[in-house]
Order: sequence, then C-alpha cells, then structure tokens
Amino acid sequence: MIDTRTRTDARAARHAGGGPWQARLTLSLLLAPALLWLGALIVLPHIELAILSLRKMVGPHRYEFTLGQYATFFKEPLYWHVFVRTAFMSVTATLLTLVLAFPIAWVIAKIARGRASSGLFMLCLIPFWVSETVRTLGWMILLRQSGVLPALLVKLGITAVPVELLYHDATILVGLIYGSLLFMLIPLISSLESLDNALIEAAYDLGAGGFAILRTIVIPHAAPGITAGCIVVFMLTLGNYLTPTLLGGKDSQWFTEQIYTQFITRFNWEQGAAFGFLLLGLSTLMVIAGLRLTGQRFGDVMRRT
Amino acid sequence: MIPSLPRPAWLRAATTGYVILFIAFLFLPLIIVAVFAFNDAPYPAPPWRGFTLDWFLGNAARGRIGLFADSDLLASIGTSAIVAGGVTLLSVGLGTVNAFLLERGSFPGKQALSVLMLAPLVIPGVILGISILAFASRIADFADDRFGWDMDFLRPGLPLVILGQFSFIATIATLTVSARLRRFDRTLEEAALNLGASRAAVFATILLPYLRPALLGSAAIAFLMSFEDFNTTLMLVGADSPLTVMMYGRMREGATPVLNAVSLFLMLASAALALTLLRRRPPA
Repeated sequence: MIDTRTRTDARAARHAGGGPWQARLTLSLLLAPALLWLGALIVLPHIELAILSLRKMVGPHRYEFTLGQYATFFKEPLYWHVFVRTAFMSVTATLLTLVLAFPIAWVIAKIARGRASSGLFMLCLIPFWVSETVRTLGWMILLRQSGVLPALLVKLGITAVPVELLYHDATILVGLIYGSLLFMLIPLISSLESLDNALIEAAYDLGAGGFAILRTIVIPHAAPGITAGCIVVFMLTLGNYLTPTLLGGKDSQWFTEQIYTQFITRFNWEQGAAFGFLLLGLSTLMVIAGLRLTGQRFGDVMRRT
Repeated sequence: MIPSLPRPAWLRAATTGYVILFIAFLFLPLIIVAVFAFNDAPYPAPPWRGFTLDWFLGNAARGRIGLFADSDLLASIGTSAIVAGGVTLLSVGLGTVNAFLLERGSFPGKQALSVLMLAPLVIPGVILGISILAFASRIADFADDRFGWDMDFLRPGLPLVILGQFSFIATIATLTVSARLRRFDRTLEEAALNLGASRAAVFATILLPYLRPALLGSAAIAFLMSFEDFNTTLMLVGADSPLTVMMYGRMREGATPVLNAVSLFLMLASAALALTLLRRRPPA
C-alpha cells in the first residue's frame, strides 16, 4: 500500500518535470495562503489581545506592563460573579441538552429504520438552517408578557393575568438548549450507530436490565460522542451573545456582554481584552478537561462534529 | 431498547410521545414567527386580528411599512449578501488550497498546522471579533503614525466583517474539501498523466469535476453561516449593518411584524438552499 503510494508520487513528480526546487515552490505556494490566514487572522490578533490585556497607558504613546486588568476582575465582585454565573449556566445548559437529545439520538440511531430514521433526522436538522436571530424572535413572541404562551395560560385559567415569561434564567436556558440540540445530536447519533446491536442483545440474554445495559454498554461506547457533543455545546453556549441578551434582557448578566460593554461601549480595550482571555481560558480548559477525561485527541473530536 | 428486544407498550408509547413533543418544540418558534407575519396588528402578538399582507406590501401611504418598502431592512439584506459573497469566495478558495496542502503535501510541522487550522472553531466568536478588531486597529494606527496612510478598511466596517467571518468559516471549507479529496482515487490521476495529460489538464478535467460537490456544498454552507453570523459581526461592524445586526437592534426595541416578514423570507431562502443542496448530493 505504502509502496504503491510512494511510487505514484515519484511518477507524478517525474511527469510534472518536478525537480526538488519545483516541488518546494509548489509546496510554498500551497502553504502561503494558510500561513497568511492563520497568522494574520488568528495568531497575531491573539498576541495583540494578550499584549493589550497586560498593559496600561502611562502617557501619550507610553505603556507599562501591568496585571491590573486581571486584578480588577478578581477585585470587582460583579465581574467574577457574572463569569461564574455564565460558566455555571453553560454547564447546566450542556447537561440538559445531553439529557434531552439522548433519547432522540437513540431513536434515530437504533429504533427507527431507513426512511423513518433519515426523515426524523431531517426534521431535527431543518430548524438549524434558520438563523439564530429568527429562532430567538420566535421565542420572544411566544414568551413575552403580551405573547402567545401567557395568553394561552390565561385562557386555560392557569394564571389570572398574563405573566412575563421572558427575562428569567429559565428562559435563557430554554433558548440556549434549543439552539444547541443539533450539535449534541450529530455526534451522539454517529457514536450510537457504531454500537453493535448484538452486544445489547447479548447483555439482555444474560439478564441485564435496561438501566444496566445503558450504564455498562451504551454509555461507555458512546462516550466519545457524548464528550464531543458536550464540548461543542459548552463552547457555543459560553460564547453566545444573542440568546442571553435578548431572552434575558437587562439582567441576563452574560460574560460576553461584559466583553462587549468594555470593548465597544466604554472603549476600555485593555479591560475587554483581559475579559476575552479569561473567557478563552475557561473555554480551552473545558475542552482539554473533556478530552483528558475520555482520552481523545482534539483533531478526532472536531472531525467527528 | 432496540426493536429486536421486547419493548413494553408503555415504553413504546412514551418514546413516540417524546419524539412528537421534541419535534413540536423544535418547530414551535419557527411556526409562530411565520404565522405572525400575516397578523393584522401593529405588533407581533396575539390575539389574531385577521389576515393581511401589509407587513410585506405595506408602505408609508398605508400607514404600515412592509418589507418591500423598508429601505433600511432591504439595504441590510444587500449588505449581508455582499459580505456573504466575499466570505464564500475567500473561504472556498482557501479551503481548496488547504485541502491540497493537507492531503498531498508533506512538510515538517504538518500535524501541528492541521490542528491549528481547527482552532478557529473552538475560539468563541466574540473573541475572534475583538482580537481581529484590536490587531487591525494597531496596523491602521501604525500606518497612520509612521507614514500618514489612511487605512480605512482596517477600521470597523464591512471589510473587517468579511475578514472576521472568513477567519473561522475557512476552517469549515477546509474540512469539507479535504474530506472529499482524501477519498479520491489517485490512479485516475496517474492514468491521465501516463496518457500524456499536463498537470493543469488533470486538474481541470479530473480533479475539479470530482471536487465539485464539495466545493458547491462548502460554498452553500459558507454563505449561510456568513449570512447568519452574529457574534463576530457585532464586534467588527461599522456604519452599514448586516441583517442579523439590524434585526437584533430592532428586536431590543420591540419591532413591528415586518421582522416576521423578513424572517419568513429568510426561512424560505434557507429551505430552498437546503433542498437544492440535498438534491445535488450524489447517493453515498
């Protein structure tokens, strides 16, 4: 196999009239755009952000090194309170998404067959082709005080007057879970599909109950998919801006909102950069922890989703 | 649990019930948005006051500004389309080059580079936005201080929005095109070369047609992701608002059902895109 491949390469190189310098030229032409992209739009901007977060202005065009921005974060209860709250809500949203998506993934991968299975998957896919803005608009019309659901509750006699269902933590969670379901479903389905039904049948024949099968066979097998889904959902939730601010209103207290306020409203880029790095740090930490926990490689997880 | 094992009736019923509830939950907000685009009321709220097309066709003379008379909204759709077009061209172009680099090239540090290419997907969009904003401003300030150059395209505005979205959408295009190129049977290429075809001819007549589905697919995904992006765009936007930013601003203020009308238009457009894409997909 390897042998043929090498021979093919050699022949291809000969056909192209490829001397070593020509091969090198081709390679550098292919490499240049990638390096430009990653360098100018990813690596250098993050270095700039790091520098920003660690300096303070001491005069026109004069800066000094400082950890002051990070100190401010820990000293000011509002900031770290919002940070912890954002992290906690994101973990909650991720776990709830997992619990809600798992049965559907099971139905698509194991119970429904052929057309029913792919049709059901299509139905789950369609809403995610629609912009997050549109979906959030739908939730606002449904949940606000003058909206559909409060009116329905009054009509059913459950509440006397229309209640405000927007601007609660639970509302933010509903919006976040709604937006995350598909990103959980895809890795779950692909990991459940690869589980051999014979294993489940064998366990059943040996007398295992439903819960025991789930705990000892299904979940260990699906662990890579569960991790991949949780990582992606956690990241998307943590970095979300639109859903918390629109469904949570002024009290949403989401950390991305703090970054926006510092950067755009107050024009305090140094503080905003420090906040950005804290968020990035938390997100990266969770990704690494998730991978360590299940012993997977980053590239494999990303390719699966 | 699985069909080959006995499942109690209550479990079957519960499963069916859950699936129905789940699908209802997924579609409820979309249906609500669509329905209230036709409600004859100044706000998208119950009760139902009758059917109207005012939120599409209305104009100032009729007292209601419909979608086709709302020049701000129409302009923002145009802005989004321009941005999405730029992002799509850049992303698919780079994605294709990257695919050849990763699948055909061999060089030291390739593994590290391919992992770095995935990084934009795990960086929150807000942070991509602010880091590019800060870096672009530094270059613009430097050019201004040192040479007196006015590099306006590095200030918040559409060029920066395009670059910001491109920074992570390029990863998706790279993954899509690479996955297809990896499955290419290289003996085809070898045969053509043996028969005397030039490198360029092989690329144009064999590789490009083979890659076409992946190129079209990644173009559609890039366009859609760009059109719908909010996080990165919000940080880089200047005077011209793309549609998502415009809608966000109006949603905070409490808007008329004209937003429902434009949303319905978006839903139909993405449904059309999805359908053409699925129809094109060859049987796997």
